[in-house]
Amino acid sequence: MISVHNLHKSFGDNKVLRGIDEQIAQGEKVVVIGPSGSGKSTFLRCLNLLEEPTSGEITFEGVNITDKKCDINKMRQKMGMVFQHFNLFPHLTVLRNITLAPVQLGLQSQKEADKNAMKLLERIGLSDKAEAYPPQLSGGQKQRIAIVRSLAMNPDVMLFDEPTSALDPEMVGEVLELMKELALEGMTMVVVTHEMGFAREVATRVLFMDEGQIVEQAPPQEFFSNPKNPRLRDFLSKVL
Amino acid sequence: MNAMTLSLFGDILDKLNTALLVQDRYKLILTGLKNTLLMAVFATIIGTLIGVIVAVIKYFAQGNKKLTPLGWVCDLYTTVIRGTPVVVQLLIWSTVILTGIREALPIAIIGFGINSGAYVAEIIRAGIDSIDKGQTEAGRSLGLNRIQTMRLIVMPQAVKNILPALANEFIALLKETSVAGYIAMHDLTKAGEMIKNNTFDGTALFVVAIIYLVLVVGMTKLLGLLERRLKKGDLRS
Repeated sequence: MISVHNLHKSFGDNKVLRGIDEQIAQGEKVVVIGPSGSGKSTFLRCLNLLEEPTSGEITFEGVNITDKKCDINKMRQKMGMVFQHFNLFPHLTVLRNITLAPVQLGLQSQKEADKNAMKLLERIGLSDKAEAYPPQLSGGQKQRIAIVRSLAMNPDVMLFDEPTSALDPEMVGEVLELMKELALEGMTMVVVTHEMGFAREVATRVLFMDEGQIVEQAPPQEFFSNPKNPRLRDFLSKVL
Repeated sequence: MNAMTLSLFGDILDKLNTALLVQDRYKLILTGLKNTLLMAVFATIIGTLIGVIVAVIKYFAQGNKKLTPLGWVCDLYTTVIRGTPVVVQLLIWSTVILTGIREALPIAIIGFGINSGAYVAEIIRAGIDSIDKGQTEAGRSLGLNRIQTMRLIVMPQAVKNILPALANEFIALLKETSVAGYIAMHDLTKAGEMIKNNTFDGTALFVVAIIYLVLVVGMTKLLGLLERRLKKGDLRS
């Protein structure tokens, strides 16, 4: 579904990604871990071109999205993204946050979008917050709404960029719970996180990134019980 | 004591009478006020339009090679306009560039509008910069294009943040139109000056000053009210 070939990304002289090759198949739940500064967020943000790769190729559903001629806006409709800081639109109600994109992009009428959004809000138990504004919500509520805002576009893949890192500890659970549900429903997911429990439980594959490269990857069982790379061993000994 | 106060009071009434009522001189003031307001309102409209367009072009030119030259043009515009006195600009408009227009009012509106646009552009650019990058990223990640993201997500938040600065700019513009007399514009200030020259007495200038003051204080109050309304909207609980 997503295919990455020889991806490089530099910010000035700072080489953040140094040649990444990766295939992500439909239905996979790929968790990316690694020390800070290892390039894992940059890698994720390259997948929907929020960061423009310096070189390399990314194809999504058979389309080369790094090609200048590719209409990236069209492709992004199929790739949901959830951010560390939620990035809800504070000037719009929760309902309008969810319906803005589907309606503006002409995918749904306001009425359809409202109905769809209410269904999604009911699912996460926040239908009473439809007319509330984001500043009135807790972090956990915001992030769950950010997730359903992406879901409202019916994406084929969901990208999560440290979705629980900015949350108070007691709110991490509700967000991870929703992500697990999505995983069980078969959503293709790429998740950058520090939640090792989530990786163990939900991932079909765990990638370890260090200094801009994927240095090890394996199914979670093997990944955590039998790490081969010394840097991964060192990393795991610190976080587990 | 009482007699003195009375005679002072009588003196003032007398002077006001000469300044305003004799020969219907208040009509000069009314015409001036009308022209001042016309200049302020239309220059504000033009200034806002130019300001938004220039700010958005500058913002998009940052990350787009094709738009870079257009960004330079906008930079040149704000630099030249903000770096030269408005009176000089008005004189250039009226005596060099817009010589085909006979009336002073449209020239003044164009001159002040283009002048104000440069200041508004800077204010709006600051407003756009004040919005977290994550807002744009969230909009773009949902498939909205740059212009939709700007229009639906960034601009509404930016305008709210910069409302006080914009209000100050418009109040400053109202006062700045008082130099329009340089291009033979019969504005409020010019009216006061004409009456002073006719009566050899400065009372009319005080009247003019009070009218400006009332306008400025009124606008400040109005905008304060609007701001509070918007702030209330932020909490909405």
